[in-house]
Amino acid sequence: MTTLSIDHVSRWFGNVVAVNDITMTIGPGVTGLLGPNGAGKSTLINMMAGFLAPSTGSITLDGQPVWRNEQIYRHIGIVPEREAMYDFLTGREFVLASAELHGLGAKAAQKALATVEMEYAQDRKISTYSKGMRQRVKMAGALVHEPSLLLLDEPFNGMDPRQRMQLMDLLRRMGDEGRTVLFSSHILEEVEQLAWHIEVIVAGRHAASGDFRRIRRLMTDRPHRYLVRSSDDRALAAALIADPSTAGIEVDLTEGALHIQAVDFGRFTALLPKVARDLGIRLHTVSPSDESLESVFSYLVAA
Amino acid sequence: MYDPTVARLTYRALLGRRRALVLGALPLLLIVIAVAVRALAGADDQTAANVLGGFALATMVPIIGVIAGTGAIGPEIDDGSVVYLLSKPVKRSTIIFTKLIVAIASTMAFSAVPTLIAGLILNGNGQQIAVAYTVAALVASIAYAALFLLLGTASRHAVVFGLVYALVWETLFGSLVPGARTLSVQQWALAVAHEVAGGDLVTSDVGLPAATVLLVLVTVAATWYAGQKLRALTIAGEE
Repeated sequence: MTTLSIDHVSRWFGNVVAVNDITMTIGPGVTGLLGPNGAGKSTLINMMAGFLAPSTGSITLDGQPVWRNEQIYRHIGIVPEREAMYDFLTGREFVLASAELHGLGAKAAQKALATVEMEYAQDRKISTYSKGMRQRVKMAGALVHEPSLLLLDEPFNGMDPRQRMQLMDLLRRMGDEGRTVLFSSHILEEVEQLAWHIEVIVAGRHAASGDFRRIRRLMTDRPHRYLVRSSDDRALAAALIADPSTAGIEVDLTEGALHIQAVDFGRFTALLPKVARDLGIRLHTVSPSDESLESVFSYLVAA
Repeated sequence: MYDPTVARLTYRALLGRRRALVLGALPLLLIVIAVAVRALAGADDQTAANVLGGFALATMVPIIGVIAGTGAIGPEIDDGSVVYLLSKPVKRSTIIFTKLIVAIASTMAFSAVPTLIAGLILNGNGQQIAVAYTVAALVASIAYAALFLLLGTASRHAVVFGLVYALVWETLFGSLVPGARTLSVQQWALAVAHEVAGGDLVTSDVGLPAATVLLVLVTVAATWYAGQKLRALTIAGEE
């Protein structure tokens, strides 16, 4: 059982508060740290990893401080976001060096490379790797000592869908084995697919915590705005407003489009194509107009 | 205290990049100068002392020290790849000590060895001049490597500061302000060289006891402080 405790942690850089009084406990299983870019996720992960001192508060792993305590890395594996690695090494040399620094040998390195399925490119220089390959070699370096806590900062950035799925499987497996896995992401779908538990950070604050279904519901229950262009806007508007899933429609003459406010997300998304087909109306544009993550998060914070 | 894996990574970082070319250029220049001087002026003890003292020890050794000392850790901190070292259960003092050994060895290899070769070319080690300056380069390598390793740990502009120290302080101030010479690695190394050569061809403004104490003090203090700096090194995110 490995538990990472974050206790009233704040971190500021000059006048800028990056992390504001966050308290949370990360236990075994996969936890997603969700938040828009610039929310303070990386700062928080850097503090969890012992790379940055909290301005106030404390971070401990099973009671041991992580800051200024290099022995803690026997239990922690870290996959940083930044790209820079020892590019002049081959993948195998990089993972072997990681193993040696843990007092392990070539066997552990080879096992880790096999786990991330990078054996086929292990003798190529890291400088020739794609982003996804780098990510996997970083992962192998972090797994080589079989840590009980794994911290990953935006691990899916730059990965193609297949690599993403592989990494998700791997993290899921590690969570099932009882390890504590924490990864950060600004993409809701990634977190939803993988995490058992979600911590949401917005503007340096701890905005929500808990089961993803609850948070997902909070996100989907809010009113959604759509911009729709069609072959007959007025006929479409009249048919849509008759249904309770729609709260309001504005006919925008200058834009030549409809601004629709839907209150029942699931029902509206099923209704729109059906109505259009029944009335013989062609849909030219259907785009969610406030789907930016920031608006989703600000809605969450208000809820 | 010494970690072979850290050493291997440091050697490869230091000697694998363009730095190796810069490290090799100055020694090559020294030997070219030595050959030219010998061919034009013949073997002369005073000339040999001037070339080895004026170029090898005063300019080449500190610049090699800057490149090897800061290069042993600075680029890793700059690009953030140092996290892969720092996220391991390896004592920070071990990391610094190992990098110091690598920096010293590299500085010695690229400065003391060519100094000896140039000295032999210039006057065939007459009056022990080649050996004396080689010893001075070896001694200075240790102190420079420690100083510039600290600089590489503490500052993002380590190379600039290092070159300013090496060229402005050691060379310019040293020749203009007598007091500045007392606080100069070059003068301390010369005090040791004076013991080797004897005579008046190799002289220093500092006595041997003071020079020895200062050399040891600077090396130990710089290494210790670099270890402290690394323990508290902050790695900011990319947000």
